[in-house]
Amino acid sequence: MPADHHHHDHTHHDHGDAHDPHAPVNEAHGVSEESALLERALRELLIEKNVFGADDLRRQIELTESRTPELGARVVARAWTDPQYKARLLAEPKAAIESLLGIDLNLTPELTVVENTAARHHVICCTLCSCYPRAVLGIPPAWYKSPEYRARVVREPRAVLGEFGTRVPDDVEIRVVDSTADMRYIVLPLRPAGTERMNEDELVTLITRDSMIGVSVVSGPSR
Amino acid sequence: MTRGVHDLGGQPAGPVDLAEHERTFFDQRVDAMMRLLAHPEQGHYTVDAMRRAIESLPRDEYFALGYYERWVRAIRQLVVEKGLLTEDELDRKLAALRAEAHRA
Amino acid sequence: MKPSFAPGDKVKVRAAEVSTHCRTPHYLRGKRGVVARVFGAFPNPEELAYHRLGIPYQPLYQIEFDFAEVWGRTERATVITADLFQHWLERDR
Repeated sequence: MPADHHHHDHTHHDHGDAHDPHAPVNEAHGVSEESALLERALRELLIEKNVFGADDLRRQIELTESRTPELGARVVARAWTDPQYKARLLAEPKAAIESLLGIDLNLTPELTVVENTAARHHVICCTLCSCYPRAVLGIPPAWYKSPEYRARVVREPRAVLGEFGTRVPDDVEIRVVDSTADMRYIVLPLRPAGTERMNEDELVTLITRDSMIGVSVVSGPSR
Repeated sequence: MTRGVHDLGGQPAGPVDLAEHERTFFDQRVDAMMRLLAHPEQGHYTVDAMRRAIESLPRDEYFALGYYERWVRAIRQLVVEKGLLTEDELDRKLAALRAEAHRA
Repeated sequence: MKPSFAPGDKVKVRAAEVSTHCRTPHYLRGKRGVVARVFGAFPNPEELAYHRLGIPYQPLYQIEFDFAEVWGRTERATVITADLFQHWLERDR
């Protein structure tokens, strides 16, 4: 199951296909009629009162959808292949990410990039709600927002990582990073062996969302 | 010792459900509405106010509601708090929408 | 507001109870840690949550806690960090 999960996460990087199988589906699926009515009532009234326009909503949806794990993967791949970029990324993450991706991170929360090494493995959480580097990686996965993850990752991180199929050696320090305030975190995962001859575009395809949260590591090409 | 319903670090809990949940149009619209209303420059309240409103949900509601369902209730509370809408307007609109839904 | 703490300083999280919005998780109240990073000052979320301005800005720190200090049992080579505001921290000698 963890391997399937890994593949599923991997396919979120497929873009350029007009019929996107991961596009939102099932209008109000799993949501009560009361919630659906409330959303519609709020939206229509707020538009009526010019608090915002329908176009504003549409633009905001497009903006949110434009941020995906692939953006983060490109940052990681560049950091792996360009030591100067990596140094800049660690020192001034927002500026480094803006300049690489051409996106505007002004007015978004502060970012810290935490580097996994042979001695230290970071895993990110938000026990109090769902703080996540949305401005780069997009919407967090459902499990990240779940009571189970939020409750347990700070208390039994190795067990939780195990549920993702990830085993961190006993002598590697696990650092559970609770995003409790204004800072958002992205993990710079360890570059796996066997990738030395790969170019940036090839590396991007290996780097998963989950490795940038820290519940997974990046697997090399020889799996 | 009082602990907010949202303050979950270390609480007993079961296995993490790894299933990916595709975003629905409902999710997208609630998310977008929140981003506009809590925009750092053009917004009417802060993300902190959103969190506070969500945290004040009764315990059983907090856990029974989906993530964006909690958000939509928080938005409702805050737009009334900030005087963007009145409870009256909302109640009348909801009644109208319910009537429409049951006619269909 | 000039930060009171620097990286390496030993601090203790206040064991206070509040019923209003707060970003200091319960599991860290009263726990001892070390300042890992100093992030600069930010508006106080406890004020922002009630439509107030959050002034004065409060210095924010990343505090590192030993797993055993937080949970009372050892888990090999595990550390927890959290980002906490200055007014929730006391110097721990």
